Amino acid sequence: MMRDNSLARRRPFRDQSFGVMRKLARVNWLFVLCVCLLAGVGYTALYSAAGGSPEPYAQGQLYRFIGMLVMMLGIAMVDIRFIAKLSWPAYGVGILLLVVVMVAGHTGLGAKRWIDLGPIEIQPSELIKLFLAMALAYYFKRATPEQTGSPIFVLPMAVAVLIPVGLILKEPNLGTAVITGTIGAVVMLGAGVRWWWFAIIAAVIAVSAPVLYHHLHDYQRARIDTFLNPGADPLGAGYNIIQSKIALGSGGFFGQGYLRGTQNQLNFLPEKQTDFVFTIIAEEFGYLGSLAALGLLFSIVALALYTAVTCSHAYGRLVALGIATNFFLYCFVNLSMVMGLIPVGGVPIPLISYGGSALTAVMLGFGVLQSIHVHRDVTFASPDHL
Amino acid sequence: MRRLAKERSAFSRRALLIGLGQGAVFAGIAARLYNLQVTQHSKYAMLAEQNSISERLVAPERGLITDRFGTILAGNQQHWRALFMQALAPEPQAVLENFYKLVPLSDDEKARIAQDLQDRPGYIPVLLKDWLDWPDMAAIEVNTPNLPGIVVEAGASRVYPLGPVTAHAVGYVGRPNQDEAKSDPVLALPGMRVGRTGAEDAQDGALRGAPGFVQTETNVHGEVVREVAHDNGTPGQTVTLGLDAGLQQLAVQSLGDNAGAVVMLDATNGEILALASTPAFDPSLFDKGVPADVWKGWMADVKHPLQNKATSGLFAPGSTFKPTVALAAMKAGALTGDTILTCPGSFKLGDHVFWCDNHVAHGSINVTQALTVSCDVFFYQVALMVGIDKIADMASELGLGVDLGSDLPHVSTGLVPTLAWAHSKGIHWAQGSTVVQGIGQGYTQLTPLALATMVARIATGNAVGPHITRRVGGALQTGSDPDDWPAVDVDDRHLAVIRQAMFDVVNTPQGTAYASRLQLPNAQMAGKTGTAQVHNNTAAEKQKNFNDMTMAWEDRPNALFVAFGPYDNPRYAIAVVVEHGNFGAQAAAPIAQAMMTYAIQHDPAGRDTPLTQPLQSTTPALPVNNT
Repeated sequence: MMRDNSLARRRPFRDQSFGVMRKLARVNWLFVLCVCLLAGVGYTALYSAAGGSPEPYAQGQLYRFIGMLVMMLGIAMVDIRFIAKLSWPAYGVGILLLVVVMVAGHTGLGAKRWIDLGPIEIQPSELIKLFLAMALAYYFKRATPEQTGSPIFVLPMAVAVLIPVGLILKEPNLGTAVITGTIGAVVMLGAGVRWWWFAIIAAVIAVSAPVLYHHLHDYQRARIDTFLNPGADPLGAGYNIIQSKIALGSGGFFGQGYLRGTQNQLNFLPEKQTDFVFTIIAEEFGYLGSLAALGLLFSIVALALYTAVTCSHAYGRLVALGIATNFFLYCFVNLSMVMGLIPVGGVPIPLISYGGSALTAVMLGFGVLQSIHVHRDVTFASPDHL
Repeated sequence: MRRLAKERSAFSRRALLIGLGQGAVFAGIAARLYNLQVTQHSKYAMLAEQNSISERLVAPERGLITDRFGTILAGNQQHWRALFMQALAPEPQAVLENFYKLVPLSDDEKARIAQDLQDRPGYIPVLLKDWLDWPDMAAIEVNTPNLPGIVVEAGASRVYPLGPVTAHAVGYVGRPNQDEAKSDPVLALPGMRVGRTGAEDAQDGALRGAPGFVQTETNVHGEVVREVAHDNGTPGQTVTLGLDAGLQQLAVQSLGDNAGAVVMLDATNGEILALASTPAFDPSLFDKGVPADVWKGWMADVKHPLQNKATSGLFAPGSTFKPTVALAAMKAGALTGDTILTCPGSFKLGDHVFWCDNHVAHGSINVTQALTVSCDVFFYQVALMVGIDKIADMASELGLGVDLGSDLPHVSTGLVPTLAWAHSKGIHWAQGSTVVQGIGQGYTQLTPLALATMVARIATGNAVGPHITRRVGGALQTGSDPDDWPAVDVDDRHLAVIRQAMFDVVNTPQGTAYASRLQLPNAQMAGKTGTAQVHNNTAAEKQKNFNDMTMAWEDRPNALFVAFGPYDNPRYAIAVVVEHGNFGAQAAAPIAQAMMTYAIQHDPAGRDTPLTQPLQSTTPALPVNNT
């Protein structure tokens, strides 16, 4: 419970902008430390994935991370009110990019997802998750409980969620589509939209799932099928799940030792440096290593939620909630996939997996998150919300 | 303000719930990981141990060799063979012992296998036995559990549909030896072959292709569970030779039981249309391994079946050398078409008397007549007038005694002596040696290939080089266009005189090869006979009547004939050597006549059937019955 006067007392700058040094001091450095530690875990795993060599994965990923870390801190210095103004334009650009990849993006693995921006490739579907959270937060930041209880007020935002979800499904990228929809739902829930509305929607989806199943792409259906019965095709798509589980299971409590995991070093897992990178940690460092990595991942989620709770303005709270949820869903989907709990979905584990697109999107979000944290006490222009 | 605080606490409540939910999910993941990593560790650790994907390289299919019209001269036939992947066997020695009990092998083979196992990296399987028969296959299949690491796979062996007919031209392949296998790991693959002679050797690089691989998943017992990936590699390219299978067969047929050689060229570009050397051998024996008795038979044969007489057989050219001598003299200005010399039947130099053939006196004759009747005395005198160095110069201009740059391997250069050569060998060059040089005897030693090149150059004035490859992978090779070749440095008028004389040899009644003139309405052949002593030519021997069927076979002279045709528009050049065939006119010229007739009638030169699609070469695999 916050008291108004204490809120006012602890808000030293009100509407003036503060200097860069003071802003830097207000950054959540514990969060930054966790992010750096996780990137260190990634470097360790990628070094091992290359058979004990910084090339071709670990070194490049490290440079990319350092660049992204600088970008993150840079964004953290930008006034959150300025960022808030960009919410809807960013959402528009994100939707436009999704349409562009649909039309012009080049095809990888049978799915159109990537757009080439000079040195880095970006998946617009990764960006839209952040932009969607920002747009929803901007819309709901002044909403009264009466408004959030009104279907007419909420419905436009449901459409705003469904447009990117539909476009991502069309790509097709089932995993990211579900994550995007979930982020939209969580942000709206945080804004005060009635929880039982979501219960109804979830029930509808559960009922209509068999119908949807028939409209999925063959490879998406194959993924669900192999999830349901991985033994049926041990060297098809189910092969990855079996090999992944063997890698986890053979790790034991203490692991097989760094650079000594047989599953990893003998290349039983294709593309293990991306989606299945967690198996390297689990196999070589055992359950202890897994727990340590899980602890770091959850710390990041928890610190992001802490930023959300301590923020004085609704916009920051909702965006921080969306970013925390996004990171959580990355971890959940990836780890579940690695353990064979849900179908293989092409979702990397952020900061550990090799690849630039997810890293870029996640660090962009963390930049916004830290901007929220730095500017947690600013007031938005409308006195209505003070 | 109040509403704001209320709103904020409501958010905090929801955020806390969401955070707790997410924390619960992480706890669930941790629990699931505990189950997988700790509780079920022993199960998965065992699975990991059993898990093994092995990759081994597989030999690419060797490229085909065809004649110019697509007739397959060298192809591949599948058979079954047993391979051993030692990496998959917990106890390789025990597995080998089990295998030897089922499929007995000789001690030599066992030693070879032991050596290979030591030398080769794990991804290269070691060949245990080629050409498995049904009982072997059955025994291996039934005993699979006792034979971890042993794989039976289909391999290809080299087959030559025309057998001995193309043995020397196409050549054969053999297993790479230990040194080759060490220098290029790909050659260590079972089934890889290296071209040893002929076109197989000449185009070995193009024919070889690039290896593929097979990935298999194996269980802890080394048994293959399934194939994960299979890549057949890149098959070798198809090599189209200039050979015409019909001409080639005719050449071998015409030589019959004789030891000899026939080389026919496209005179305009040097493409080898036929290259025969008899007797020959079955080239496919080298792939399977030559049985000892067959090998001993070859070694004992006085007709040397393994020697390619067309490219490495060295023969005194005899009178077929006379056109070269005449051209050398004309170039030196010592002889013109009108120069008249006298042949009294013999020629005296110092104490020596050099006889004309059969001691016949030809009287006063010019160069055309001298070539037509093959007068020796005329050329004794010409040789003395020119000297051997100028003869050698002309010889090398015509492709004699020099490296012809042929794509065929093992081509002998031959020898046309010069004073410098004699000096370097410490030979005292007497004038008598120059005299016999005039009729292609003495030190001069030439291959049938060089003789065919010489006659092609005289016929067209193109300094062509003999080559057997026409296309590689469908691409026409340099040298198949007549414009690829420079002109010979010989006066056209001189060449015309010689061509006219060679025409007379075949087409005038007094010509030595009149009996072998073409029986075609519009085409004539021009040629030159040669009958060359096989012993060192001495004046004393020359006095004897050596053309004697009563002599022992190996003492009889070699019969030679060189020719080109059609005379009006020379396209084909041929050289025929019949070892110990006595007269060139009798033994060699009829072969040239048959070949030339076939060539002019079918006219294969300059034509071919380019490959439009890859030929299906490999015949299906069936275990052979070795028993």
